[in-house]
Amino acid sequence: MARIGFERLAQRYPGSPHYALRPMDMVWEDAGAYALLGPSGCGKTTLLNIVSGLLRPTEGRVHFDGQDVTALPTERRNVAQVFQFPVVYDTMTVRENLAFPLRNRGSSAREANTRVEHVAGLLGLGAMLDRRARNLGADEKQKISLGRGLVRGDVAAILFDEPLTVIDPHLKWELRSRLKELHRQVPVTMIYVTHDQTEALTFADRVVVMSEGEVVQVGTPEALFDRPAHSFVGHFIGSPGMNFLACAVHGREAMLPGGQRIALPRAYAPLPGRVELGIRPEFATLAREGLPVALTRVEDLGRRRIARVELDGQPFAATLPEGMAVPAEPCLALDAAGMLVYADGRLAEGEA
Amino acid sequence: MSVALEGLGLSAAGQVVLHPVTLELAGGLPNVLLGPTGAGKTTLLRLLAGLDRPSEGRLLAEGRDVTGLDVRKRSVAMVYQQFINYPAFTVFENIAAPLRVARLGRAEIEARVQDAARLLRLTPYLARKPLELSGGQQQRTAIARALVKRAPLVLMDEPLANLDYKLREELREELPKLFAESGSVFVYATTEPAEALLLGGRVATLSEGRVTQSGRAGEVFRRPADLATARVFSDPPLNEAPARIEAGRLALATGEALPVPVGGLQDGPCTVGIRAHQLSLEPLPGAVALPAVVRVSEVTGSESYVHLDVGPLPWVVLAPGVRRPEPGEAATVWLDPQRCLVFGADGRLAAVSALAEAA
Amino acid sequence: MAKPHNDRAWFLVLPVVALVAFSALIPVMTVVNYSVQDTFGNNQFFWNGTAWFQELLDPSTDLGGRFFDALWRTLLFSGLCLLIEIPLGIAVALTLPRQGWGVAVSLVVLALPLLIPWNVVGTIWQVFGRGDIGLLGAGLQALGINYNYAQNAFDAWATVVAMDVWHWTSLVVLLCYAGLRAIPDAYYQAAKIDGAGAWAIFRAIQLPKMQRVLTIAVLLRFMDSFMIYTEPFVVTGGGPGNATTFLSIDLVKIALGQFDLGKAAAMSIVYNLIILTVCWIFFATTTRGQSEAAQ
Repeated sequence: MARIGFERLAQRYPGSPHYALRPMDMVWEDAGAYALLGPSGCGKTTLLNIVSGLLRPTEGRVHFDGQDVTALPTERRNVAQVFQFPVVYDTMTVRENLAFPLRNRGSSAREANTRVEHVAGLLGLGAMLDRRARNLGADEKQKISLGRGLVRGDVAAILFDEPLTVIDPHLKWELRSRLKELHRQVPVTMIYVTHDQTEALTFADRVVVMSEGEVVQVGTPEALFDRPAHSFVGHFIGSPGMNFLACAVHGREAMLPGGQRIALPRAYAPLPGRVELGIRPEFATLAREGLPVALTRVEDLGRRRIARVELDGQPFAATLPEGMAVPAEPCLALDAAGMLVYADGRLAEGEA
Repeated sequence: MSVALEGLGLSAAGQVVLHPVTLELAGGLPNVLLGPTGAGKTTLLRLLAGLDRPSEGRLLAEGRDVTGLDVRKRSVAMVYQQFINYPAFTVFENIAAPLRVARLGRAEIEARVQDAARLLRLTPYLARKPLELSGGQQQRTAIARALVKRAPLVLMDEPLANLDYKLREELREELPKLFAESGSVFVYATTEPAEALLLGGRVATLSEGRVTQSGRAGEVFRRPADLATARVFSDPPLNEAPARIEAGRLALATGEALPVPVGGLQDGPCTVGIRAHQLSLEPLPGAVALPAVVRVSEVTGSESYVHLDVGPLPWVVLAPGVRRPEPGEAATVWLDPQRCLVFGADGRLAAVSALAEAA
Repeated sequence: MAKPHNDRAWFLVLPVVALVAFSALIPVMTVVNYSVQDTFGNNQFFWNGTAWFQELLDPSTDLGGRFFDALWRTLLFSGLCLLIEIPLGIAVALTLPRQGWGVAVSLVVLALPLLIPWNVVGTIWQVFGRGDIGLLGAGLQALGINYNYAQNAFDAWATVVAMDVWHWTSLVVLLCYAGLRAIPDAYYQAAKIDGAGAWAIFRAIQLPKMQRVLTIAVLLRFMDSFMIYTEPFVVTGGGPGNATTFLSIDLVKIALGQFDLGKAAAMSIVYNLIILTVCWIFFATTTRGQSEAAQ
């Protein structure tokens, strides 16, 4: 178990003028469940490889419990990793797979077996310990990968690199909730890399959102949902993401280019740059009264319906309440509780 | 263009790979094949493409029997889960490739490629090589190549599975527009119920090599014909409880009576199914209270998936707001009889309550 | 959009069919024909039934004894070649660079022996091993080792085996290298994290992942070495005595030296059947293991 610290950490690949990871200071608390969320190419896998030691950062230091491990190779870092595609040792049984990291470190067969039985119990692999690993399904193989990390009592952190990519939706639920339960039972730092917001939010206590080599926000799932610090976070979190309306803000009022006025819950000082009003589809409903909109499409998601509309020529997603027929002259009702103002992409603080 | 499957089935080595399917596929809206890995989606696509010969049944295109026709004589386009492009060609040449094979004129090729590129928003990248593009752009190139042929039948095998979540969301929104504009028949295989709903077309659910139901996505979702369909078309998984009908009354195996109209149903065992969003952790009028123990809670920001053990049954409740009950904590799940699906002993849908059909 | 489809394309296959018929079927039938007949020259043939086969498969007869001696020799030769070339090939493949300019250089260097014609290989080693002017032969003589492949059976064997190893290990290396390159990086990373050393990585990852290419390598090397003719013939001519007279060499002696066409034909059929049977058994067992594993 360990608290992982980054000190002015940065990564630049040879020949590239840009940072793959921009300089950052960060602390991953011991036994925390973290998710690293961002689109492909945002630097999240680079960051993960630096923690595991597969990649040595070009700048800055990595600390495990205050100890500088920047130069330590993977095998001396006590980290475990679960990869996107399941890695199992084909010729071995499940038991031998799980015992592999222990045997490599010189444990006796008996010692290893006790640990293996324990971990297999945690993961629900008990019944298949003596089957060949390569004949199992993708979800079971991922459990084995995870088990090889858990089996080591001294493991400082377990890293997950998009571990559910090849798992069917039904099994994803089972595996994900088991992972979460497991984190409760085995308090070890877990860092989960994904591009899938549902996976990130449901798994993590704290989500680290990355974009273009930079950490744009670290927060609890509800903080990322309620108060995205950056318009990127607003867009990336939520399905559909947050709506952004270009507007001008004066005090407690936002004015759209077409002249419609929207009352804001807070007062804002004059804002620099491009100003947008951010509001999530969950706080905007289609109604018979309010701002008139043009309906483009209704998406039936089964448990809710999303109305795609145009407000003053700007695309906007709103919720169509349960049981409501689409009104002949649709309007938009906005809940002031969900209104946020962004200047040049950054959340602007207003005064109550 | 229309394609019809008449009892199309495939057996190999004495085993049924795909049970006979009868299905009408039409243009305009996507035809989604929904089912888990190994349910038979790809088998069905291969039969439609003519890559495999069916062991029974007929395949009609515009009423013409094309069952035995070689794949090269049919005009189909296919998009795969992996981004398949010619790495040495530019995006323009990638899209133009099938037109070059067909020996179309320069001007015609130029016009068609520009059209397809505009539709898929690839115009700025036409001069680049596929590997210089993002995953989404690479897959859009592959889709453009499939469209440019104007093949009457376009088959897509989990085309978005390898893309980032947000990109997937974007393309799911764009694709239906594309389907509507093109005159072709689109068949789209996916494992994700949400995708089947979002694409907003017709859906055929597959389970263990059998097409279990077909119809408009929303209708199939709300009125699954049988338990297998309801399972395939639920994400999170369908919550199930064994129950019994005695003298026209339904009761859970644990004893709670559920006032669901089950008129006409034989006495005997049955299964009650209810989706996560139809359950509640707050008292509902008329709902039955079931004692449960919390296993784990997953917060999505605005909602929480609370996993609980209701007796021996692992259930998931989608509750509004942020909830973080401690594992092991006791909780009460409110089961509204108005929102249940009841499946008979044979798995067929026996009763669907009024509100189970509401969004 | 209509694609050109033309069934006349089948005619394009015709030349190949004709060629196969001409180069394989007709000669095989000729051999079968000879194997059941006897001749006293003058192109006069007599029906002989299965007599040649009976004689061939009976070790107590002259022909049979000779055949089985050559067969054991050939099997020993193939066994030795496989025993040396496969492990050596794996070992070399493991040490090859995985990236950078070294890859191209090593691959070209490795491919060189494969490009040399068989008889040239034989000639090279014949000269190389000569005690008076050959680098190897003279070198060994200078070291005080009495090496002479023309007189000493052990030396002759060592020379032909070394020659085969030199000629063909590269093929095994290239196949293994291709197999190794196909292993995703994640496997090595996972093994590193699991604290596996080089030997554990080899046992747990590299060897299992090379199984398919090794199957092919063993099969190819067995067939080739079992049928070897030109190189040992050029170097030792089957000698000293009959020490390196492999089946193929013996076959040519009988057919062309003694002009016993019937015996030679029977022998070549049996020879062929042995190769086919061994390959089939080998292939069937290894692929069955794999298809079971795939399920």
